[in-house]
Amino acid sequence: MAENVFIALQNNPDAQPIIEAIVDDNPAAVVNDSPGMVKIDCPKRLVIRRETVEEKIGREFNLQDIHLTLISLAGNIEEDDDEFVLQWNF
Amino acid sequence: MVDKPRRLNLNQKYQLMTRGLDWETTYQSMDDVFPYDKYEGIKIKDWDKWQDPFRLTMDAYWKYQAEKERKLYAILDSVAQNNSQLNISDARYMNAVKIWMQGITPLEYAAFRGFAMLGRGFRGAGARVACQFQSIDEMRHYQTQMHAFSHYNKYFNGFRQFARIRDRAWYLSIPKSYFEDAVTAGPFELITAISFSFEYVLTNLLFMPFVSGAAYNGDMATTTFGFSAQSDESRHMTLGLEVIKFMLEQHEDNLPIVQGWLDKWFWRGYRLLGLVGTMMDYMLPKKVMSWRQAWEIYWEESGMALFNDLARYGLRPPKYHEVATKEKYRITHEFWSTIYQFSHATALYTWIPTTEELDWLSAEYGELFDTVYRPRYEYWDELHKKGERFFQKRLPVVCNVCQIPIFHTMPDDPLMNCCLVTEYKGTKHQMCSQGCKDIFDYEPEKYCQAYIPPQQIYQGNCGGATLEAYKEWLHIREEETGEYYGSEDHKMWEEWQAQAGKMAGADA
Repeated sequence: MAENVFIALQNNPDAQPIIEAIVDDNPAAVVNDSPGMVKIDCPKRLVIRRETVEEKIGREFNLQDIHLTLISLAGNIEEDDDEFVLQWNF
Repeated sequence: MVDKPRRLNLNQKYQLMTRGLDWETTYQSMDDVFPYDKYEGIKIKDWDKWQDPFRLTMDAYWKYQAEKERKLYAILDSVAQNNSQLNISDARYMNAVKIWMQGITPLEYAAFRGFAMLGRGFRGAGARVACQFQSIDEMRHYQTQMHAFSHYNKYFNGFRQFARIRDRAWYLSIPKSYFEDAVTAGPFELITAISFSFEYVLTNLLFMPFVSGAAYNGDMATTTFGFSAQSDESRHMTLGLEVIKFMLEQHEDNLPIVQGWLDKWFWRGYRLLGLVGTMMDYMLPKKVMSWRQAWEIYWEESGMALFNDLARYGLRPPKYHEVATKEKYRITHEFWSTIYQFSHATALYTWIPTTEELDWLSAEYGELFDTVYRPRYEYWDELHKKGERFFQKRLPVVCNVCQIPIFHTMPDDPLMNCCLVTEYKGTKHQMCSQGCKDIFDYEPEKYCQAYIPPQQIYQGNCGGATLEAYKEWLHIREEETGEYYGSEDHKMWEEWQAQAGKMAGADA
């Protein structure tokens, strides 16, 4: 059954720590490289944690800054100051 | 230790900046102030239940959009300054960009107008705020695309006089009619059509594999505006999904209305995106993925996951989605065959793919391609080599709903043309598919009024009743049309390549 959520980010230095944080926090995530773009699939639920991104970049990070590198996504969004979650509720 | 200044968290800020902005009107009744948001039958009990999951507020919106624009325009300047038109993979590629500019960019402008209407039309303030952001986004997309293409307009044919051909070119009624159908519906149908069916379900196919293809083909300008626009789209998609959930959670009577819209707009969107699939399969000299593969990833995987999620509201996947999946092996070939035969009546060039490209298509599409489409291309190629390049002498019959030429085939027989007819008020209306026929038959009074360009042309309403008179009225020069090989774009590209070759020789 089709059950992946995904997030696609531009393949640039701003997105790199976010991609690394996603891989750390979502063991089931699969990273697909495409020209100019990285698409990350994950079954049912994918989380981006602010603290993990901050560890990668060594400074404060506002989760809303993902708007600068975000290309697309699939899944229901739950966002607060600490986590950005994509999930299917079935 | 210094205390950090206390800040509002995201949710508090969202509540403060999108709620309590409106009031119950007293001089005039609310129904008179917001006259359009009830007649479609959608019942809303509590507009405050409307939530933007991104919790975007105006201050953050300006900050992020300004940053995106700064990045985008730095790159567009660089494209112009560094002669980046020389870096594309091949001048044939530029025809995909022409389709974008002629067909897709005007849709951004139409969306700007549509969402400006919605930003006024809904009585809930949260919904109005989200639609106003989107309206500004769509204007931004229109402008950034124009600015990006203006550089290519200095060198390549097919970009000039975009506004005139948007209004007059017969083939551009395909995208145009999609949006005109949507904006002449009510506000809830409009937002379902655009934000959900088009943006959530289908635009990933346009902005992800195609724009990634633009990157692979060295088109930095399109890549940059494409991904910059798509970051707005991901907000629009989210809005689209929230709209669907909002309507379904507000009242059970809304379910059959919403399901009907999803059936209609999935089919209309799918038909329109056949054109994007054709750009991917035929107009990207360096391939990223085929339409078939993109359909499998973005519809069969992501689209079905979405509808699995929505099943808890009682929604089922849109009608005829199985037909669309059956057609994944043929739709782009049928589309390209049609554009190939009619490109003398468009501001585009077409060509027969190279042997390597035909081999790639064979590998992606298998037996059906090898038995039906490849022999056709090889036959046309032979004719071309004999100096008899094949063009149709007349304009085609087009579907009275999607306005695409009636070239599609029966769902279970790719050798049998599909043309379905409804007679309404004494006039026969042709449709390309059961999906389009259902749409017509549900609202015949709407679609019997559609402006069908080939019919208008042959009635003599477009400069005269011949193809020649029509092309003059369209202001298209012969040199901008038809076969790519030998065209002005082709010759210019060959000269650039020869110059680059000389330089490389001098270095050695």
